[in-house]
Amino acid sequence: MEEVLNALARALSFGTPLLIACLGALLNERAGVVNLGVEGMMALGALAGFAVAYGEGGNGNLWLAVPAAMLAGGLAALLHGFVTITLQANQFVSGLALSMVGLGVAGLLGKRYEGLPLFDHPPEGPFILGAIGLALLLAFLFSATRLGLALRSVGENPAAADLLGLNVLALRYGAVVAGGALAGLAGAYLSLVYRPSWTDGMTAGLGWIAVALVIFVGWNPLRAIFGAVFFGLLYYLQFRLQGQSGIPSEVFASLPYLLVILVLALSGLRGQQGNAPEALGKPYRRGER
Amino acid sequence: MGKPLLQLRDITKRFPGVVANDRVSLELYPGEVLALLGENGAGKSTLVSILYGLYRPDEGEILIEGSPVRIASPVDALRHGIGLVPQHPVLVGRHTVAENLALGSGAALFPSRRILPLIERIAGGYGLQVDPRAYVHQLSPGEKQRVEIVRALLRGAKVLILDEPTSVLTPQEAQALFRVMRELKAAGKSLIFISHKLDEVLSIADRCVVLRRGRVVGDLPIERASKTSLAELMVGRQVSFERRRQTPAPGPVVLRVEGLEARSERGLPTLRGVGFELRAGEVLGIAGIAGNGQSELVEVLAGLRRPQGGRVLLEGKSLPSDPARLFTLGVAHIPEDRIRMGSVPNMSVAENLALRSFEQPPIAHGFLLNPKALATQAQEQVRAYAIATPSVHTPARLLSGGNLQKVILARELATQARLILAVHPTYGLDIGATEQVHEALLHQTRLGAAVVLVSEDLEELLSLSDRIGVMHRGELLGPYAATEVSREQIGLLMTGGAA
Repeated sequence: MEEVLNALARALSFGTPLLIACLGALLNERAGVVNLGVEGMMALGALAGFAVAYGEGGNGNLWLAVPAAMLAGGLAALLHGFVTITLQANQFVSGLALSMVGLGVAGLLGKRYEGLPLFDHPPEGPFILGAIGLALLLAFLFSATRLGLALRSVGENPAAADLLGLNVLALRYGAVVAGGALAGLAGAYLSLVYRPSWTDGMTAGLGWIAVALVIFVGWNPLRAIFGAVFFGLLYYLQFRLQGQSGIPSEVFASLPYLLVILVLALSGLRGQQGNAPEALGKPYRRGER
Repeated sequence: MGKPLLQLRDITKRFPGVVANDRVSLELYPGEVLALLGENGAGKSTLVSILYGLYRPDEGEILIEGSPVRIASPVDALRHGIGLVPQHPVLVGRHTVAENLALGSGAALFPSRRILPLIERIAGGYGLQVDPRAYVHQLSPGEKQRVEIVRALLRGAKVLILDEPTSVLTPQEAQALFRVMRELKAAGKSLIFISHKLDEVLSIADRCVVLRRGRVVGDLPIERASKTSLAELMVGRQVSFERRRQTPAPGPVVLRVEGLEARSERGLPTLRGVGFELRAGEVLGIAGIAGNGQSELVEVLAGLRRPQGGRVLLEGKSLPSDPARLFTLGVAHIPEDRIRMGSVPNMSVAENLALRSFEQPPIAHGFLLNPKALATQAQEQVRAYAIATPSVHTPARLLSGGNLQKVILARELATQARLILAVHPTYGLDIGATEQVHEALLHQTRLGAAVVLVSEDLEELLSLSDRIGVMHRGELLGPYAATEVSREQIGLLMTGGAA
C-alpha cells in the first residue's frame, strides 16, 4: 500500500512538468500553431530559472526565478511565432530548429552553472496544484469565454474568424507566447524543484513527450491531467527498474523517445488525430478567403 | 419607392488585364429583392466583394441612405448594415451553431449560452429553423445557409446579399428559402439575390440588373423581363431552352447493372439493390441529394470501388475493377471534383490532356516521353474544344472552371467512348460553358455512347436525360421517362416522399 502511494506521489511529481508543458503546447495548438520547440523552450526556461535563483554564488532571487523562466520560454516562442505567423514558414521545421537551438544555447550558457547546488528551493506542492488548476482554467477558458471561443475559432477556421473582425495574427501570437511561457515554467520546475540544479540535457526528452501527449489527450486540457499522471507513472517505473535490472542504461536513456512513439501509436488506435484543430499547422494568409 | 437605401455610383475595379467592374451603377430600395444576373466572370463576385469590404473599388462611390461610406472590411460592411450570405458557408464546422453566432460579438463570459434568446427571437421572427445546439458539420447545406442568414440579421443587416443561395438546395429547400426571403422583404429588409437560375429570379425578384463583361447591360423591373430576354442580355446572343428530343431509336444494351450492393468505409450500406439497363445513345439522369449513394454508384461503375454484391455488365461482360483498363474498354469518367480528381492542378494543360494516353505512342517513346507529340496532340485538342488557355504549357490550376472541364472532356472523350460517367459536369459553369459541355455529351450519344449523368441541377437532368432515376438512401427509384416526371415529383422523391 505504501509502495502504491509512493508510486502515485512520484508519478504526480514526474507528471507536473509534463502537464505544464503539455498545456502550453495544447494552448497554441488549439489556436492553430504547432510548436515542436517545447524541449528547447523547457531547457531555456530551466536554465533561466536556475540562473536567477542561483544569482552570484547561491543567493539569487527565488521569486524572480519563475517569471524569468517564463520570460525565456515566451521569448523563444515569440521567435517561432515571428517565423511561422508573420513569415508563414513551415511550423514543423521552425519548431524542430527551435528545439535544437534552445538545447544548444542552454547548454552553452549553462556551462558555469553545471553541477552547482541550489540550497534554497521551492516546495513542489504549489507547482502540482498550480498545474492542475491551470488545466481547469484552460478548460474553462475554451468552453465558457469569448476569448476561448476566439482562440478555438482561429485554430479551426481562421478565415471565418477574420471575416468577423477577429485579429487572427494577434490571437495566434498570444497563444504561441503563452504556450512558450508555460514550457519555460515546466523547465523551471525541473531545475528549481524536481532536481534543484542545472545539468546540460536535463529536460531528457520530456518536451517531446509533452508534444505527443497533446495528441494523446485529444487537445483536451482536462484529459491532459490524467495523461500526464499516466506518463509520470511510466517514468517512475522506468527509474525504478533502472536500478534493479541488468539492462544497460542506454536502453533506459532511449525510453522517453520510445514513449513518444507509444503515445502516438495509442492515439492512432483511439482515432485521436480526428480531434486535431482543422487549421493546425497551416499558416493563415488573408488573400485565401 | 422612396429613397434608395443603397446606391452604387460608377464603381470601377480593375485587375491586371481585366476591368472586372466598369462604371457599375445601381440602386437598392428598402423592401426590395434585386436580382443580380451575369455569367461567370461578368463581375458579380467582384461587385459583391466590394460591397462586403473585401476589395476596394478603384473609382466610384457607395452611398448608404444618401451619404457616401467607405467599406474597408467585412466588419465595416456589417456596421453599415450590409450582410453577406456566401455561396460556401464560412462557418467553423466543429463549433455549435450558437458558438458560431457568438463568435466576434458575444459576451465575454458564456458567450454561446447568452446569445440563445437572441437567436431564438430572430430565427423565430422570420421563420428560420435553426437548432442553436447542433454542431455545424452535421448540418445540411440549407441549414448552414440559414445560420448565415441569422448571423447577418444578428449583426443588424438591413441589406442582405445572397450569393447563389439555391445552388446547394433541393427544390423544396429553395421554396422554404423563398418564403424566408418574402418574410424579410415584408419586414423592410432589402435583398440582393445572385443566381444563374432564371426561373427563380423571375419568381422572387422585384427588379433585376444584368452584368456582362463588367458592365450593367440591363436594369429592368421583373414584369418586363422574360427567361429568354434575360438569358440573351447575360450571354449577348440568342440562347435556346428547348428540351432535348427523345432518343430516336435506342441501340443495344451497353450497361446492365443488377442488384448492386455497396458499403461505405464505415460499413454502412450505401447502395442497396441498385439495378438498371442503359442502351447505346441513351442518357440516364441520376438525381438525389448529395450523400444518397450517387457517388458510390459512379465509383463502382468507374472501377474505383468494389461492390459487396450484384453485377455490372458492360456489353455483356463483367467489369474489371481497374480504371485504366476500363478506359481502354470505352468507359470515360468525368469526375465530381474536377480539381482534385479530374486533373493535376500543378501539371500543364498538355500533361493533363495526356494523362490517359501517355503510355501509348506517339507520346510514349520507349520509356521516354516525346514532348513534341505531347504538345502537338494538346494543341489539336485545345483547338477542337475551344479551350481558352495562354498556352498548352500553362499549369492547369490557372484555368477557369469551364476551361478545366473542357480539358477533362477532351481527355476522356479522345477515343470513342461506349459509356460516359458524368458527375456534376456543369457545376459552377456559366451558361456559355454549360452549353458547350452539354453539346459535347450529346454529340457523343449521337455517335452511340451511353451516358450516366449525375447532377443536382434538375433543369439539366430534365433537358438532357431520356430517363431519370432518383437515388434515395442507396436505392434507385425509377428510372422514369423524362417526359413523364416533373421537377416537383423528382424533388419529392429526393427527399423520400412518394411521387
